[in-house]
Amino acid sequence: MRVLLPNVASLAPASPEEILRPARPWFVALSLLLALLANIAPLSGVGAVLRPDFLALVLLYWCIREPRRVGVGVSWFVGLLMDVADSTVFGQHALAYAVLAYGAEYFRRRVLRFPLWQQAVQVAVLLMLCALLVLLVRYVGGAPLPHWTYAAPPLVGALLWPLLSVLLQAPQRPRRSHARR
Amino acid sequence: MRPFPVDTPAFFNRGPSPLARLAFFGLLSLVLLFTDTRYRYLESVREVGAVGLYPLQRALLMPGVALDYVQGYFGSKRQLADENATLKRELVASGPATQGYAVAQQENARLKALLDLREQYAGAATAVQVLYAGRDPFTQKLFVNKGSAVGIEAGEGVIDETGVVGQVTRVFPYMSEVTLITDRDQAVPVKAERSGARSVMFGNGTGHAPELRFTAPSADLRVGDRLVTSGIDGTYPPGLAVARIVDIVRDTGQMFARIACEPTAGVDRSEYLLVLARPATMPPRPEEPTHPDAVKKSGRPKDGIRPKARRG
Repeated sequence: MRVLLPNVASLAPASPEEILRPARPWFVALSLLLALLANIAPLSGVGAVLRPDFLALVLLYWCIREPRRVGVGVSWFVGLLMDVADSTVFGQHALAYAVLAYGAEYFRRRVLRFPLWQQAVQVAVLLMLCALLVLLVRYVGGAPLPHWTYAAPPLVGALLWPLLSVLLQAPQRPRRSHARR
Repeated sequence: MRPFPVDTPAFFNRGPSPLARLAFFGLLSLVLLFTDTRYRYLESVREVGAVGLYPLQRALLMPGVALDYVQGYFGSKRQLADENATLKRELVASGPATQGYAVAQQENARLKALLDLREQYAGAATAVQVLYAGRDPFTQKLFVNKGSAVGIEAGEGVIDETGVVGQVTRVFPYMSEVTLITDRDQAVPVKAERSGARSVMFGNGTGHAPELRFTAPSADLRVGDRLVTSGIDGTYPPGLAVARIVDIVRDTGQMFARIACEPTAGVDRSEYLLVLARPATMPPRPEEPTHPDAVKKSGRPKDGIRPKARRG
């Protein structure tokens, strides 16, 4: 993975030992807002089918990195916003994101020890679980079973995980000059 | 000697455990899910959220609009001239057809007046732009950029330049939600243009073709027939293109034929849509007899058509 990423120091993934500065609250909020926008941006065709749940991904990242700021409660509330934006049943995304945040809490202490692509595999499992939960809720509510492409967005989301974590951790990295001292 | 402190210092106190939080918020979600599906109490909350999100949705459209503008600005004169020439040619070519159409329309108007038909659809409509498509894979919905502020109401039909797209199902002040005709169980009353056979087209959800349900195998329908709105529901004016029949399975063992259709309109592709205001008045429903006996007493109508008497 290290080879694939551009050889810019601040863009290479942080090693598990590296200590990151705490994220600024406005940066967390901004990233969540951008993720919400990415979720509701007008797309059609293949893009719409493959579009991962960016909001879930970003929430997951912050639940792992900043568990004191973003946890089950915040995720639940953001899920409610997503329900409004998507015009789905109230509580559907909220429930899914709350479970996601709990999953993150459960495995956040060890997941960062893995290289990014192995983290992605674990993220895929969590996102799949989330999607299954939504499927269950909707199925009980009388919705038809979706097309098999329903499984695609969580996988695409997991593939984006390495890129996303590098992007989101960039502002928190200590300056190179400080790190060398 | 002081006892060794056993309690966790307040410094490490992080409130309830994640599991407790999950249980609390999970239960809350379930309550919300139940309330929203059953009672729809929360529409006002939803409205507040939707109004808050509206500026963001508009902002998302900006890059596309800007790109269009720049492209339009730099569109070469040559291109415009070409387009102009083509359009002029097309205009001339379509001349006879449109003139004929005008004559036919006049004729039609006279005939209708003769037949004392009610004045048809007045043509009040609102042009809207699609903001974004719903992300929910279980439903087929679009969000458009105008709402109750310009008088759009829930239940109105939505079309694009080629046919029926769907129906407004939820209205916010500056935005409305359109459920597409391909959404599961979304029904459009249609008739075949060729034979006039009436039926109702039901959407079948994502990835499945809509179908005509409850249609007898003997109905005069063929593959390739164009289906247009029959107008008997008062939602869609009659004569709008809806779909084309792509497959018919007539199984004699079944009560009904299986008829798959393909929507004419770019149901999930069009960017600009038209919301049709409902026709001003529907003819009043014929009064139904209050008691089943009333029908018997009044006797059967002379032309042999018996009015449907409600049981019980």
